Amino acid sequence: MKMEEKKGRYGLYGGQYIPETLIPAVKELEREYEKYKNDPAFQMELKDLMEKYAGRPSLLYYAEKMTKDLGGAKIYLKREDLNHTGSHKINNVLGQVLLAKKMGKTRVIAETGAGQHGVATATAAALMGLECEIFMGKEDTDRQVLNCYRMELLGAKVHPVTSGTMTLKDAVNETMREWASRMDDTLYVLGSVMGPHPFPMIVRDFQKVIGEEIKEQLMEAEGKLPDAVIACVGGGSNAMGSFYEFIPDTSVRLIGCEAAGLGVDHPKNAATIANGSVGIFHGMKSLFCQDEYGQIAPVYSISAGLDYPGIGPEHANLNETGRAQYVPITDEEAVEAFEYLSRTEGIIPAIESAHAVAYAKKIAPDFGTDQVIVVTISGRGDKDVAAIARYRGVEIFD
Amino acid sequence: MSRISKAFENKKAFIAFVTGGDPDLETTEALIPQMAAAGADLIEIGIPFSDPIAEGVVIQAADERALKAGTTTDKLFDMVKRVRQKIDIPLVFMTYVNPVYTYGTEKFTKKCAECGIDGIIIPDVPFEEREEVSGACEAAGIELISMIAPTSHDRINMIAKQAKGFLYCVSSLGVTGVRSKITTNIKEMVDQVKEVSDIPCAIGFGIATPEQAREMAAVSDGAIVGSAIVKIIAKYGKNCIQPVCEYVKGMKAAVAAA
Repeated sequence: MKMEEKKGRYGLYGGQYIPETLIPAVKELEREYEKYKNDPAFQMELKDLMEKYAGRPSLLYYAEKMTKDLGGAKIYLKREDLNHTGSHKINNVLGQVLLAKKMGKTRVIAETGAGQHGVATATAAALMGLECEIFMGKEDTDRQVLNCYRMELLGAKVHPVTSGTMTLKDAVNETMREWASRMDDTLYVLGSVMGPHPFPMIVRDFQKVIGEEIKEQLMEAEGKLPDAVIACVGGGSNAMGSFYEFIPDTSVRLIGCEAAGLGVDHPKNAATIANGSVGIFHGMKSLFCQDEYGQIAPVYSISAGLDYPGIGPEHANLNETGRAQYVPITDEEAVEAFEYLSRTEGIIPAIESAHAVAYAKKIAPDFGTDQVIVVTISGRGDKDVAAIARYRGVEIFD
Repeated sequence: MSRISKAFENKKAFIAFVTGGDPDLETTEALIPQMAAAGADLIEIGIPFSDPIAEGVVIQAADERALKAGTTTDKLFDMVKRVRQKIDIPLVFMTYVNPVYTYGTEKFTKKCAECGIDGIIIPDVPFEEREEVSGACEAAGIELISMIAPTSHDRINMIAKQAKGFLYCVSSLGVTGVRSKITTNIKEMVDQVKEVSDIPCAIGFGIATPEQAREMAAVSDGAIVGSAIVKIIAKYGKNCIQPVCEYVKGMKAAVAAA
């Protein structure tokens, strides 16, 4: 069998590069997912949770002031920040935790960067009565104290990870190690479209509702497809969720915004597409920030959620085929966009989402007034207020 | 017959692991021939990786020390080439797939062969992905060591049939590291392998004491010890050679008595 034809491959990328100990666990997940994916009762239960618990569909909001101010394309914001728990992460965890429960698991574990996926997982676990343990880099537990306490309030146990760079990649390492030691009763609820197959596929499937809703809502509002869809990319789950429905619609530009930290040419950045090269890590062949010997590079972004040295394999393929375009956005640009959207529309976006807003600001003036750009606001910015204040030199105590 | 097969000929093998470049390359270079002299039948040399997901804290820390000391894949190749002039026991690299892939898989395996490396162990290349490296290994004449785990069950036959050199049998769930007790039924695992293949089976993960090594070797073809050795290196640093060799002697005797 040629490698490209294997399941879980996106062109050259993807795969299942994990230790033998874990292979039966991912195979079990794959088998069970295929079973429940086509089970109307499961889908009904999930739909019910999405609508009555998470608050879907999320709004597609016409940002009129921003549109007028930028003087080009009509800007619509896909308001994933209005979901329960404040980000798109809830879409995926409701799916995966429900799946865990159906599989007879009694415990879920997850990694988290900014804490959004950890909070979402803890929430779903509380709702469905499962034990929950979250692994979070020590750097991030320090940056996101409130989210840590939030997870504990929800009944989860938070483990600060002190290995390696003490950020998101190390949290993934530690969650994989934990899963390898206990998988009978435990499911790893991965937070993005990354890791070994079937995770990139499962997470995409649970997130693709974002793009499906955009299509339907915009059709109703404007009677047409968007001209561009813009989303931020770390691992890439909100972007993949926003893009997937539009992949066959080649008139729709798909643009992912990655974190360039202090600049793409500065050593402190996390721009995987701009600076990465092909590698195999965290279970997948994809693009990674690494050195010539394949040592994974320490990355940096003001946004803990984009502070990851890799990208999901399906994004790597969309980049290679040219179907999607990926652009770097610096800390400074993201912070400006964070402040801009707050003042212009009264919407405080997550600093992650602000990367997408920043690029929309850049390109909107080049579009015609009859054209439409949809920007996915993947999460709300409450969690970032203290960090932005610090960035601006304001001392506040949270 | 390959060097690896010879290591198991008419005896139980004691396999010792060291992280290459921990605490520095000079120490590793001096240590390997001494470990061979102390009785190690095969030596695994870890190429340090920034994110070793199958390792427990002891080997994670060794990888960090080695990388901090400036160890690179090329420097390890040079070191192995020099060591190979002194000893004839099999030497095997143990690393993760990214350092191999990024180096260039074919270039990597060729370089292994040139330097006198006999095989490679890559824990994050499972059976399903072995084509990623197996072709290059065969072309270079390097044996790609397969692994089975306590979770493998009905996968054992398929893996054992394809296995080269020896089969690395993972004794326990989780990651590498010293364990007070190994609860997996190792004999059952090994018996299942022997039904389909006569490949030697060596047990690794969690073995630290001579008693454990004897017990494991009694039901298999050898015992692999990593973290317990790395702990001694962590404790003694550059002065680790004598204490490591004493430890190796004791473990070798225990395995031989099994």
